[in-house]
Amino acid sequence: MAAFAWLASPRTGGLAALAGVIALLPLALTNNYYYDVAILVGLNAIVCVGLNLLIGYAGQISLGHAGFFGLGGYGSAILSARYGWPPLAALVAATAAVGLVAFLIGRPILRLRGHYLAMATLGMGVIISIVVSTEDGFTGGPDGMSVPPLTLAGLVLQGERVWYWIVGALVIAAVWLAQNLIGSPTGRALRALSGSEVGAEVVGIDSSRHKVLVFVISAVYAAIAGGLTAHYSGFITPGKVSFFHSIELVTMVVFGGMASTFGAVVGAAILTTLPQMLTVFKEYEMVAFGAVMMGTMIFVPKGLVPSLAMLAAARHRPAVVRAIGSDR
Amino acid sequence: MSLLRVEGLGKEFGGVQAVENLSFSVAPGTVHSIIGPNGAGKTTLLNLLTGIHVPTAGGIYLRERELTGEPPYEYAAAGIARTFQNLQVFFNMSALENVMVGRYRHERCGLVAALLRFSSLARAERACRDAAGELLDFVGLGDYLGVRADAMPYGALKRLEVARALATEPQLLLLDEPAAGLNPTETQEFDALIGKIAGRGITVLLVEHNMRLVMGVSDHILVLDYGRKLAEGTAGEVRANPRVVEAYLGATVH
Repeated sequence: MAAFAWLASPRTGGLAALAGVIALLPLALTNNYYYDVAILVGLNAIVCVGLNLLIGYAGQISLGHAGFFGLGGYGSAILSARYGWPPLAALVAATAAVGLVAFLIGRPILRLRGHYLAMATLGMGVIISIVVSTEDGFTGGPDGMSVPPLTLAGLVLQGERVWYWIVGALVIAAVWLAQNLIGSPTGRALRALSGSEVGAEVVGIDSSRHKVLVFVISAVYAAIAGGLTAHYSGFITPGKVSFFHSIELVTMVVFGGMASTFGAVVGAAILTTLPQMLTVFKEYEMVAFGAVMMGTMIFVPKGLVPSLAMLAAARHRPAVVRAIGSDR
Repeated sequence: MSLLRVEGLGKEFGGVQAVENLSFSVAPGTVHSIIGPNGAGKTTLLNLLTGIHVPTAGGIYLRERELTGEPPYEYAAAGIARTFQNLQVFFNMSALENVMVGRYRHERCGLVAALLRFSSLARAERACRDAAGELLDFVGLGDYLGVRADAMPYGALKRLEVARALATEPQLLLLDEPAAGLNPTETQEFDALIGKIAGRGITVLLVEHNMRLVMGVSDHILVLDYGRKLAEGTAGEVRANPRVVEAYLGATVH
Protein backbone atom coordinates (compact mmCIF):
# COMPACT_ATOMS: atom_id res chain seq x y z
CA MET A 1 0.00 0.00 0.00
CA ALA A 2 2.65 2.49 1.07
CA ALA A 3 4.44 2.10 -2.23
CA PHE A 4 1.36 3.38 -4.00
CA ALA A 5 0.63 6.18 -1.53
CA TRP A 6 2.06 8.73 -3.96
CA LEU A 7 -0.72 7.84 -6.38
CA ALA A 8 -3.33 8.95 -3.87
CA SER A 9 -1.70 12.33 -3.48
CA PRO A 10 -3.32 14.70 -5.97
CA ARG A 11 0.01 16.20 -7.00
CA THR A 12 1.76 13.05 -8.15
CA GLY A 13 -1.33 10.91 -8.69
CA GLY A 14 -3.05 13.52 -10.84
CA LEU A 15 0.11 14.07 -12.81
CA ALA A 16 0.47 10.32 -13.41
CA ALA A 17 -3.14 10.14 -14.57
CA LEU A 18 -2.60 13.07 -16.92
CA ALA A 19 0.57 11.47 -18.35
CA GLY A 20 -1.36 8.23 -18.82
CA VAL A 21 -4.14 9.97 -20.74
CA ILE A 22 -1.63 11.76 -22.96
CA ALA A 23 0.29 8.52 -23.59
CA LEU A 24 -2.83 6.48 -24.44
CA LEU A 25 -4.84 9.09 -26.30
CA PRO A 26 -3.15 8.42 -29.70
CA LEU A 27 -4.94 5.01 -29.69
CA ALA A 28 -8.17 6.95 -30.17
CA LEU A 29 -6.76 9.52 -32.58
CA THR A 30 -7.45 7.81 -35.88
CA ASN A 31 -6.68 10.66 -38.25
CA ASN A 32 -4.69 13.90 -38.48
CA TYR A 33 -7.73 16.04 -37.78
CA TYR A 34 -8.14 14.41 -34.37
CA TYR A 35 -4.44 14.96 -33.72
CA ASP A 36 -4.87 18.61 -34.67
CA VAL A 37 -7.72 19.06 -32.19
CA ALA A 38 -5.72 17.30 -29.47
CA ILE A 39 -2.77 19.64 -30.08
CA LEU A 40 -5.03 22.70 -29.87
CA VAL A 41 -6.43 21.33 -26.61
CA GLY A 42 -2.90 21.00 -25.25
CA LEU A 43 -1.88 24.50 -26.29
CA ASN A 44 -5.02 26.00 -24.72
CA ALA A 45 -4.45 23.88 -21.62
CA ILE A 46 -1.00 25.44 -21.16
CA VAL A 47 -2.50 28.95 -21.26
CA CYS A 48 -5.29 27.94 -18.88
CA VAL A 49 -2.98 26.32 -16.33
CA GLY A 50 -1.06 29.62 -16.16
CA LEU A 51 -4.20 31.75 -16.15
CA ASN A 52 -5.66 29.61 -13.39
CA LEU A 53 -2.69 30.51 -11.18
CA LEU A 54 -3.70 34.15 -11.56
CA ILE A 55 -7.49 33.84 -11.51
CA GLY A 56 -8.21 30.64 -9.61
CA TYR A 57 -5.48 30.68 -6.98
CA ALA A 58 -4.47 34.32 -6.51
CA GLY A 59 -7.99 35.63 -7.09
CA GLN A 60 -7.03 38.30 -9.64
CA ILE A 61 -8.84 38.69 -12.96
CA SER A 62 -7.40 39.24 -16.42
CA LEU A 63 -9.56 39.85 -19.48
CA GLY A 64 -6.50 40.51 -21.62
CA HIS A 65 -4.48 37.32 -21.67
CA ALA A 66 -5.05 36.80 -25.38
CA GLY A 67 -2.83 39.87 -25.64
CA PHE A 68 0.08 37.98 -24.09
CA PHE A 69 -0.77 34.89 -26.13
CA GLY A 70 -0.74 37.03 -29.28
CA LEU A 71 2.42 38.92 -28.35
CA GLY A 72 4.20 35.61 -27.84
CA GLY A 73 2.91 34.36 -31.18
CA TYR A 74 3.57 37.51 -33.17
CA GLY A 75 6.88 38.19 -31.43
CA SER A 76 8.19 34.76 -32.31
CA ALA A 77 6.71 34.99 -35.82
CA ILE A 78 8.22 38.41 -36.57
CA LEU A 79 11.67 37.57 -35.19
CA SER A 80 11.88 34.33 -37.17
CA ALA A 81 10.09 35.35 -40.39
CA ARG A 82 11.26 38.94 -40.78
CA TYR A 83 14.62 38.94 -39.01
CA GLY A 84 15.75 35.42 -39.77
CA TRP A 85 16.16 34.36 -36.12
CA PRO A 86 16.20 30.61 -35.46
CA PRO A 87 12.55 29.89 -34.48
CA LEU A 88 13.44 28.41 -31.10
CA ALA A 89 15.54 31.45 -30.17
CA ALA A 90 12.72 33.69 -31.41
CA LEU A 91 10.24 31.81 -29.22
CA VAL A 92 12.44 32.15 -26.13
CA ALA A 93 13.16 35.83 -26.79
CA ALA A 94 9.49 36.63 -27.45
CA THR A 95 8.48 34.83 -24.24
CA ALA A 96 11.07 36.76 -22.22
CA ALA A 97 9.89 40.01 -23.78
CA VAL A 98 6.27 39.22 -22.89
CA GLY A 99 7.37 38.52 -19.31
CA LEU A 100 8.98 41.94 -19.20
CA VAL A 101 5.91 43.63 -20.70
CA ALA A 102 3.67 41.86 -18.16
CA PHE A 103 5.96 43.05 -15.37
CA LEU A 104 5.86 46.66 -16.56
CA ILE A 105 2.08 46.64 -17.09
CA GLY A 106 1.37 44.57 -14.00
CA ARG A 107 3.02 46.93 -11.51
CA PRO A 108 0.57 49.80 -12.04
CA ILE A 109 -2.62 47.89 -12.91
CA LEU A 110 -2.48 45.20 -10.23
CA ARG A 111 -3.08 47.91 -7.62
CA LEU A 112 -6.63 47.80 -8.93
CA ARG A 113 -9.15 45.28 -7.66
CA GLY A 114 -12.20 43.42 -8.91
CA HIS A 115 -14.11 45.16 -11.66
CA TYR A 116 -11.46 47.86 -12.02
CA LEU A 117 -8.74 45.30 -12.62
CA ALA A 118 -11.02 43.59 -15.16
CA MET A 119 -11.46 46.90 -16.98
CA ALA A 120 -7.72 47.65 -16.97
CA THR A 121 -6.71 44.23 -18.28
CA LEU A 122 -9.46 44.45 -20.87
CA GLY A 123 -8.04 47.79 -22.02
CA MET A 124 -4.57 46.28 -22.13
CA GLY A 125 -5.79 43.42 -24.35
CA VAL A 126 -7.64 45.79 -26.68
CA ILE A 127 -4.55 48.01 -27.07
CA ILE A 128 -2.36 45.02 -27.95
CA SER A 129 -5.00 43.80 -30.37
CA ILE A 130 -5.20 47.20 -32.13
CA VAL A 131 -1.42 47.48 -32.35
CA VAL A 132 -1.25 44.03 -33.94
CA SER A 133 -3.90 44.81 -36.58
CA THR A 134 -2.56 48.26 -37.49
CA GLU A 135 1.20 47.60 -37.56
CA ASP A 136 0.77 45.70 -40.81
CA GLY A 137 4.38 46.29 -41.86
CA PHE A 138 5.39 43.83 -39.13
CA THR A 139 2.30 41.77 -38.50
CA GLY A 140 0.65 41.58 -41.90
CA GLY A 141 -2.37 43.42 -40.46
CA PRO A 142 -5.81 41.81 -40.49
CA ASP A 143 -4.64 39.16 -42.98
CA GLY A 144 -2.14 37.73 -40.53
CA MET A 145 1.28 36.40 -41.44
CA SER A 146 2.89 33.06 -42.13
CA VAL A 147 5.33 31.66 -39.60
CA PRO A 148 8.30 29.36 -40.27
CA PRO A 149 8.19 25.93 -38.58
CA LEU A 150 10.09 25.25 -35.37
CA THR A 151 13.52 23.68 -35.77
CA LEU A 152 15.45 21.84 -33.11
CA ALA A 153 19.15 21.10 -33.72
CA GLY A 154 18.67 21.31 -37.48
CA LEU A 155 15.57 19.09 -37.35
CA VAL A 156 12.36 20.66 -38.68
CA LEU A 157 9.47 19.89 -36.35
CA GLN A 158 6.47 19.34 -38.57
CA GLY A 159 3.45 17.10 -38.73
CA GLU A 160 0.69 16.47 -36.21
CA ARG A 161 2.23 13.36 -34.72
CA VAL A 162 5.51 15.06 -33.81
CA TRP A 163 3.71 18.09 -32.42
CA TYR A 164 1.37 15.93 -30.37
CA TRP A 165 4.26 14.62 -28.30
CA ILE A 166 5.94 18.01 -27.98
CA VAL A 167 2.74 19.65 -26.74
CA GLY A 168 1.90 16.64 -24.57
CA ALA A 169 5.27 16.86 -22.83
CA LEU A 170 4.89 20.61 -22.36
CA VAL A 171 1.41 20.22 -20.86
CA ILE A 172 2.82 17.80 -18.30
CA ALA A 173 5.69 20.20 -17.57
CA ALA A 174 3.26 23.13 -17.27
CA VAL A 175 1.04 21.23 -14.83
CA TRP A 176 4.02 19.94 -12.82
CA LEU A 177 5.51 23.42 -12.40
CA ALA A 178 2.14 24.94 -11.50
CA GLN A 179 1.44 22.22 -8.93
CA ASN A 180 4.88 22.69 -7.39
CA LEU A 181 4.36 26.43 -7.15
CA ILE A 182 0.95 26.03 -5.52
CA GLY A 183 2.35 23.56 -2.98
CA SER A 184 5.14 25.95 -1.96
CA PRO A 185 5.12 28.84 0.55
CA THR A 186 4.87 31.21 -2.42
CA GLY A 187 1.81 29.37 -3.71
CA ARG A 188 0.22 29.49 -0.27
CA ALA A 189 0.86 33.23 -0.22
CA LEU A 190 -0.91 33.53 -3.58
CA ARG A 191 -3.92 31.61 -2.30
CA ALA A 192 -3.92 33.76 0.84
CA LEU A 193 -4.25 36.86 -1.36
CA SER A 194 -7.43 35.45 -2.79
CA GLY A 195 -8.72 34.67 0.73
CA SER A 196 -7.92 38.02 2.36
CA GLU A 197 -5.41 40.53 1.10
CA VAL A 198 -5.22 42.34 4.44
CA GLY A 199 -4.85 39.03 6.25
CA ALA A 200 -1.95 38.14 3.96
CA GLU A 201 -0.23 41.50 4.40
CA VAL A 202 -0.28 41.38 8.19
CA VAL A 203 1.53 38.04 8.28
CA GLY A 204 4.31 39.51 6.16
CA ILE A 205 3.25 38.86 2.56
CA ASP A 206 4.02 41.66 0.12
CA SER A 207 0.78 41.47 -1.84
CA SER A 208 1.72 43.67 -4.79
CA ARG A 209 4.98 41.76 -5.34
CA HIS A 210 3.11 38.45 -5.37
CA LYS A 211 0.40 39.74 -7.69
CA VAL A 212 2.99 40.95 -10.18
CA LEU A 213 4.85 37.65 -9.87
CA VAL A 214 1.82 35.52 -10.69
CA PHE A 215 0.74 37.93 -13.42
CA VAL A 216 4.16 37.55 -15.09
CA ILE A 217 4.12 33.75 -14.69
CA SER A 218 0.68 33.50 -16.27
CA ALA A 219 1.74 35.83 -19.10
CA VAL A 220 4.81 33.67 -19.76
CA TYR A 221 2.62 30.54 -19.93
CA ALA A 222 0.37 32.34 -22.45
CA ALA A 223 3.32 33.60 -24.49
CA ILE A 224 4.90 30.15 -24.78
CA ALA A 225 1.58 28.67 -25.92
CA GLY A 226 1.08 31.59 -28.32
CA GLY A 227 4.52 31.14 -29.87
CA LEU A 228 4.05 27.38 -30.19
CA THR A 229 0.61 27.84 -31.76
CA ALA A 230 2.07 30.20 -34.36
CA HIS A 231 4.93 27.84 -35.29
CA TYR A 232 2.68 24.80 -35.26
CA SER A 233 -0.03 26.15 -37.52
CA GLY A 234 2.46 28.08 -39.68
CA PHE A 235 0.16 31.06 -39.57
CA ILE A 236 -1.08 33.67 -37.12
CA THR A 237 -3.98 36.13 -37.40
CA PRO A 238 -5.19 38.97 -35.14
CA GLY A 239 -8.07 36.73 -34.09
CA LYS A 240 -5.67 35.04 -31.63
CA VAL A 241 -5.12 38.42 -29.92
CA SER A 242 -8.77 39.44 -29.81
CA PHE A 243 -10.90 40.22 -26.79
CA PHE A 244 -13.05 37.19 -27.64
CA HIS A 245 -10.07 34.91 -27.31
CA SER A 246 -9.35 36.42 -23.86
CA ILE A 247 -12.91 35.68 -22.80
CA GLU A 248 -12.65 32.17 -24.20
CA LEU A 249 -9.56 31.53 -22.07
CA VAL A 250 -11.18 32.85 -18.87
CA THR A 251 -14.26 30.76 -19.64
CA MET A 252 -12.15 27.60 -19.91
CA VAL A 253 -10.63 28.29 -16.47
CA VAL A 254 -13.99 28.98 -14.82
CA PHE A 255 -15.71 26.07 -16.58
CA GLY A 256 -13.06 23.54 -15.56
CA GLY A 257 -12.95 24.85 -11.99
CA MET A 258 -11.13 27.72 -10.35
CA ALA A 259 -8.13 26.92 -8.18
CA SER A 260 -7.82 23.47 -9.70
CA THR A 261 -4.91 22.90 -12.08
CA PHE A 262 -6.51 19.79 -13.55
CA GLY A 263 -9.75 21.72 -13.83
CA ALA A 264 -7.98 24.16 -16.12
CA VAL A 265 -6.81 21.28 -18.31
CA VAL A 266 -10.28 19.72 -18.39
CA GLY A 267 -11.88 23.10 -19.11
CA ALA A 268 -9.52 23.67 -22.02
CA ALA A 269 -10.15 20.16 -23.32
CA ILE A 270 -13.93 20.38 -23.22
CA LEU A 271 -14.33 23.93 -24.48
CA THR A 272 -11.84 23.35 -27.31
CA THR A 273 -13.52 20.15 -28.51
CA LEU A 274 -17.12 21.16 -27.78
CA PRO A 275 -17.49 23.53 -30.77
CA GLN A 276 -16.15 20.72 -33.02
CA MET A 277 -18.76 18.34 -31.63
CA LEU A 278 -21.56 20.88 -31.81
CA THR A 279 -21.16 21.34 -35.54
CA VAL A 280 -24.10 18.92 -35.88
CA PHE A 281 -26.30 21.81 -34.73
CA LYS A 282 -25.16 23.74 -37.81
CA GLU A 283 -26.28 27.40 -37.52
CA TYR A 284 -27.43 26.82 -33.94
CA GLU A 285 -23.92 25.80 -32.91
CA MET A 286 -23.25 28.94 -30.85
CA VAL A 287 -26.67 28.70 -29.24
CA ALA A 288 -25.91 25.16 -28.13
CA PHE A 289 -22.49 26.27 -26.89
CA GLY A 290 -24.07 29.06 -24.86
CA ALA A 291 -26.65 26.66 -23.43
CA VAL A 292 -23.91 24.27 -22.27
CA MET A 293 -22.09 27.17 -20.60
CA MET A 294 -25.18 28.45 -18.81
CA GLY A 295 -26.14 24.96 -17.71
CA THR A 296 -22.69 24.39 -16.25
CA MET A 297 -22.68 27.64 -14.30
CA ILE A 298 -26.15 26.94 -12.91
CA PHE A 299 -25.65 23.29 -11.98
CA VAL A 300 -21.93 23.14 -11.18
CA PRO A 301 -21.06 26.72 -10.20
CA LYS A 302 -17.71 25.75 -8.73
CA GLY A 303 -16.63 24.39 -12.09
CA LEU A 304 -16.47 20.84 -13.34
CA VAL A 305 -13.49 19.29 -11.56
CA PRO A 306 -14.00 20.74 -8.03
CA SER A 307 -17.72 19.87 -8.18
CA LEU A 308 -17.03 16.30 -9.27
CA ALA A 309 -14.36 15.97 -6.60
CA MET A 310 -16.83 17.16 -3.96
CA LEU A 311 -19.42 14.70 -5.21
CA ALA A 312 -16.91 11.88 -5.00
CA ALA A 313 -15.88 13.04 -1.53
CA ALA A 314 -19.46 12.91 -0.31
CA ARG A 315 -19.82 9.32 -1.53
CA HIS A 316 -16.46 8.05 -0.46
CA ARG A 317 -15.42 10.23 2.39
CA PRO A 318 -12.19 8.94 3.94
CA ALA A 319 -9.95 8.63 0.89
CA VAL A 320 -10.99 11.64 -1.09
CA VAL A 321 -11.36 14.23 1.67
CA ARG A 322 -7.62 14.05 2.11
CA ALA A 323 -7.07 14.43 -1.61
CA ILE A 324 -9.20 17.55 -1.93
CA GLY A 325 -7.92 18.94 1.30
CA SER A 326 -4.36 19.12 0.06
CA ASP A 327 -5.18 20.04 -3.54
CA ARG A 328 -7.01 23.26 -2.75
CA MET B 1 13.26 50.03 27.29
CA SER B 2 9.72 49.86 26.02
CA LEU B 3 8.81 47.37 23.30
CA LEU B 4 6.43 49.68 21.47
CA ARG B 5 6.53 53.45 21.62
CA VAL B 6 3.95 55.70 20.00
CA GLU B 7 4.79 59.40 19.78
CA GLY B 8 2.26 62.14 19.00
CA LEU B 9 0.32 59.81 16.71
CA GLY B 10 -2.49 61.30 14.62
CA LYS B 11 -4.81 60.09 11.87
CA GLU B 12 -7.24 62.28 10.02
CA PHE B 13 -9.95 61.00 7.68
CA GLY B 14 -11.26 63.87 5.55
CA GLY B 15 -11.38 66.39 8.38
CA VAL B 16 -12.31 63.91 11.11
CA GLN B 17 -9.55 63.37 13.64
CA ALA B 18 -9.86 59.62 14.40
CA VAL B 19 -6.68 59.56 16.49
CA GLU B 20 -5.13 62.76 17.83
CA ASN B 21 -1.74 63.46 19.40
CA LEU B 22 -1.57 60.07 21.08
CA SER B 23 1.55 59.00 22.94
CA PHE B 24 2.03 55.85 24.98
CA SER B 25 4.42 52.97 25.34
CA VAL B 26 4.06 49.26 25.96
CA ALA B 27 6.52 47.47 28.24
CA PRO B 28 7.75 44.05 27.06
CA GLY B 29 6.11 40.99 28.57
CA THR B 30 2.92 42.74 29.66
CA VAL B 31 -0.73 42.60 28.69
CA HIS B 32 -1.70 46.10 27.68
CA SER B 33 -5.34 46.94 27.03
CA ILE B 34 -6.97 49.73 25.11
CA ILE B 35 -10.56 50.56 25.96
CA GLY B 36 -12.95 53.31 25.02
CA PRO B 37 -16.49 53.90 23.83
CA ASN B 38 -17.50 53.04 20.26
CA GLY B 39 -15.83 55.41 17.81
CA ALA B 40 -13.01 56.23 20.23
CA GLY B 41 -10.44 55.30 17.59
CA LYS B 42 -9.38 51.90 18.91
CA THR B 43 -9.58 50.01 15.63
CA THR B 44 -8.00 52.94 13.77
CA LEU B 45 -5.15 52.77 16.26
CA LEU B 46 -4.63 49.05 15.58
CA ASN B 47 -4.68 49.74 11.85
CA LEU B 48 -2.02 52.40 12.38
CA LEU B 49 0.07 50.02 14.48
CA THR B 50 0.07 47.43 11.66
CA GLY B 51 0.69 49.78 8.74
CA ILE B 52 -2.79 49.34 7.25
CA HIS B 53 -3.34 53.09 7.77
CA VAL B 54 -0.50 55.57 7.38
CA PRO B 55 -0.52 58.14 10.21
CA THR B 56 -0.97 61.81 9.33
CA ALA B 57 1.17 62.82 12.31
CA GLY B 58 3.61 61.30 14.78
CA GLY B 59 5.65 58.12 14.79
CA ILE B 60 5.57 54.42 15.69
CA TYR B 61 8.66 52.69 17.06
CA LEU B 62 9.22 49.00 17.83
CA ARG B 63 12.32 48.58 20.01
CA GLU B 64 13.20 52.14 18.97
CA ARG B 65 13.17 51.20 15.29
CA GLU B 66 10.90 53.56 13.39
CA LEU B 67 8.15 51.84 11.38
CA THR B 68 6.06 54.90 10.48
CA GLY B 69 5.03 54.86 6.82
CA GLU B 70 6.17 51.26 6.20
CA PRO B 71 3.75 48.84 4.49
CA PRO B 72 1.94 46.19 6.61
CA TYR B 73 4.32 43.35 5.69
CA GLU B 74 7.22 45.35 7.16
CA TYR B 75 5.35 45.68 10.46
CA ALA B 76 4.88 41.91 10.38
CA ALA B 77 8.56 41.41 9.59
CA ALA B 78 9.48 43.68 12.52
CA GLY B 79 7.49 41.44 14.87
CA ILE B 80 3.96 42.85 15.14
CA ALA B 81 1.09 40.43 14.48
CA ARG B 82 -2.63 40.94 14.85
CA THR B 83 -6.12 39.53 14.69
CA PHE B 84 -9.17 41.29 13.31
CA GLN B 85 -12.52 42.17 14.81
CA ASN B 86 -14.14 41.46 11.43
CA LEU B 87 -12.36 38.22 10.58
CA GLN B 88 -9.71 38.20 7.86
CA VAL B 89 -9.39 34.42 7.67
CA PHE B 90 -8.40 32.72 4.40
CA PHE B 91 -11.72 30.97 3.86
CA ASN B 92 -10.41 29.21 0.75
CA MET B 93 -7.96 27.15 2.84
CA SER B 94 -7.95 24.61 5.64
CA ALA B 95 -7.27 25.60 9.25
CA LEU B 96 -3.78 24.12 9.02
CA GLU B 97 -3.00 26.00 5.82
CA ASN B 98 -4.19 29.26 7.37
CA VAL B 99 -1.62 28.85 10.11
CA MET B 100 1.04 27.71 7.63
CA VAL B 101 0.55 31.01 5.76
CA GLY B 102 1.39 32.67 9.06
CA ARG B 103 4.82 31.00 8.88
CA TYR B 104 5.45 32.75 5.54
CA ARG B 105 8.23 35.03 6.68
CA HIS B 106 10.14 32.07 8.12
CA GLU B 107 9.51 29.70 5.22
CA ARG B 108 9.65 31.87 2.13
CA CYS B 109 11.71 30.50 -0.71
CA GLY B 110 12.98 31.45 -4.14
CA LEU B 111 10.81 31.05 -7.21
CA VAL B 112 13.06 28.43 -8.81
CA ALA B 113 13.10 26.34 -5.64
CA ALA B 114 9.30 26.53 -5.55
CA LEU B 115 8.77 25.66 -9.22
CA LEU B 116 11.18 22.71 -9.17
CA ARG B 117 10.24 21.62 -5.66
CA PHE B 118 13.75 21.28 -4.24
CA SER B 119 14.10 18.62 -1.58
CA SER B 120 15.18 21.26 0.95
CA LEU B 121 11.78 22.85 0.37
CA ALA B 122 9.94 19.58 0.98
CA ARG B 123 11.73 19.26 4.34
CA ALA B 124 10.93 22.86 5.28
CA GLU B 125 7.30 22.21 4.34
CA ARG B 126 7.09 19.27 6.73
CA ALA B 127 8.58 21.36 9.54
CA CYS B 128 6.12 24.15 8.74
CA ARG B 129 3.21 21.69 8.83
CA ASP B 130 4.32 20.39 12.23
CA ALA B 131 4.78 23.88 13.68
CA ALA B 132 1.35 24.94 12.41
CA GLY B 133 -0.23 21.80 13.87
CA GLU B 134 1.31 22.53 17.26
CA LEU B 135 -0.06 26.07 17.20
CA LEU B 136 -3.55 24.80 16.39
CA ASP B 137 -3.25 22.54 19.44
CA PHE B 138 -2.01 25.49 21.50
CA VAL B 139 -5.12 27.58 20.74
CA GLY B 140 -7.36 24.53 21.22
CA LEU B 141 -8.17 23.79 17.58
CA GLY B 142 -6.36 20.47 17.27
CA ASP B 143 -9.55 18.85 15.96
CA TYR B 144 -9.89 21.26 13.05
CA LEU B 145 -6.56 20.51 11.34
CA GLY B 146 -7.80 19.65 7.83
CA VAL B 147 -11.17 21.39 8.05
CA ARG B 148 -11.74 24.18 5.58
CA ALA B 149 -12.08 27.54 7.31
CA ASP B 150 -15.49 28.20 5.74
CA ALA B 151 -16.83 25.16 7.58
CA MET B 152 -15.62 26.31 11.04
CA PRO B 153 -17.76 28.01 13.72
CA TYR B 154 -17.22 31.67 14.58
CA GLY B 155 -15.50 31.09 17.92
CA ALA B 156 -13.02 28.70 16.32
CA LEU B 157 -12.22 31.22 13.58
CA LYS B 158 -11.27 33.79 16.22
CA ARG B 159 -8.79 31.30 17.66
CA LEU B 160 -7.58 30.43 14.18
CA GLU B 161 -6.60 34.07 13.66
CA VAL B 162 -4.67 33.95 16.93
CA ALA B 163 -2.83 30.80 15.80
CA ARG B 164 -2.01 32.39 12.45
CA ALA B 165 -0.71 35.53 14.18
CA LEU B 166 1.40 33.44 16.60
CA ALA B 167 2.84 31.55 13.63
CA THR B 168 4.67 34.72 12.59
CA GLU B 169 6.55 34.46 15.93
CA PRO B 170 5.68 38.01 16.95
CA GLN B 171 7.12 40.11 19.75
CA LEU B 172 3.88 42.02 19.98
CA LEU B 173 0.43 40.53 19.40
CA LEU B 174 -2.49 42.88 18.79
CA LEU B 175 -5.93 41.42 19.52
CA ASP B 176 -8.86 43.40 18.12
CA GLU B 177 -11.96 42.67 20.23
CA PRO B 178 -11.35 38.93 20.53
CA ALA B 179 -14.39 38.43 22.76
CA ALA B 180 -16.87 40.21 20.49
CA GLY B 181 -19.57 37.75 19.51
CA LEU B 182 -18.41 35.04 21.94
CA ASN B 183 -20.56 33.59 24.71
CA PRO B 184 -19.43 33.88 28.36
CA THR B 185 -17.81 30.41 28.39
CA GLU B 186 -15.89 31.12 25.20
CA THR B 187 -14.85 34.51 26.58
CA GLN B 188 -13.52 32.83 29.71
CA GLU B 189 -11.55 30.39 27.55
CA PHE B 190 -10.12 33.30 25.60
CA ASP B 191 -9.07 34.88 28.89
CA ALA B 192 -7.08 31.73 29.64
CA LEU B 193 -5.60 31.73 26.15
CA ILE B 194 -4.36 35.31 26.53
CA GLY B 195 -2.72 34.24 29.79
CA LYS B 196 -1.02 31.34 27.99
CA ILE B 197 0.23 33.64 25.23
CA ALA B 198 1.65 36.11 27.75
CA GLY B 199 3.24 33.12 29.47
CA ARG B 200 5.21 32.49 26.28
CA GLY B 201 6.80 35.91 26.71
CA ILE B 202 4.74 37.55 23.96
CA THR B 203 3.57 41.07 24.71
CA VAL B 204 -0.16 41.46 24.16
CA LEU B 205 -2.00 44.62 23.16
CA LEU B 206 -5.70 44.01 23.67
CA VAL B 207 -8.54 46.11 22.32
CA GLU B 208 -11.73 44.95 23.99
CA HIS B 209 -15.21 45.96 25.03
CA ASN B 210 -15.71 43.21 27.55
CA MET B 211 -14.78 44.91 30.83
CA ARG B 212 -14.55 41.72 32.83
CA LEU B 213 -12.01 40.32 30.39
CA VAL B 214 -9.99 43.55 30.31
CA MET B 215 -9.94 44.14 34.05
CA GLY B 216 -8.96 40.56 34.77
CA VAL B 217 -6.13 40.10 32.32
CA SER B 218 -4.48 43.52 31.89
CA ASP B 219 -1.28 44.80 33.48
CA HIS B 220 -1.88 48.23 32.06
CA ILE B 221 -4.91 49.97 30.56
CA LEU B 222 -5.13 52.92 28.18
CA VAL B 223 -8.48 54.67 27.85
CA LEU B 224 -9.29 56.43 24.59
CA ASP B 225 -12.09 58.90 23.95
CA TYR B 226 -12.58 60.79 20.68
CA GLY B 227 -9.16 59.63 19.51
CA ARG B 228 -7.33 61.05 22.52
CA LYS B 229 -5.85 59.57 25.65
CA LEU B 230 -8.31 59.97 28.49
CA ALA B 231 -6.53 58.02 31.18
CA GLU B 232 -3.85 55.41 31.69
CA GLY B 233 -2.82 53.09 34.48
CA THR B 234 -3.53 49.79 36.17
CA ALA B 235 -7.04 48.35 36.28
CA GLY B 236 -7.61 49.81 39.74
CA GLU B 237 -6.38 53.27 38.79
CA VAL B 238 -8.50 53.42 35.66
CA ARG B 239 -11.59 52.20 37.45
CA ALA B 240 -11.16 54.90 40.08
CA ASN B 241 -10.63 57.69 37.55
CA PRO B 242 -13.75 59.91 37.54
CA ARG B 243 -13.16 61.01 33.94
CA VAL B 244 -13.24 57.41 32.78
CA VAL B 245 -16.41 56.71 34.70
CA GLU B 246 -18.02 59.78 33.21
CA ALA B 247 -16.91 59.25 29.61
CA TYR B 248 -17.12 55.53 29.33
CA LEU B 249 -18.56 53.49 32.11
CA GLY B 250 -21.18 56.16 32.84
CA ALA B 251 -22.17 56.51 29.22
CA THR B 252 -22.55 52.86 28.31
CA VAL B 253 -24.17 50.11 30.31
CA HIS B 254 -22.11 46.94 30.73
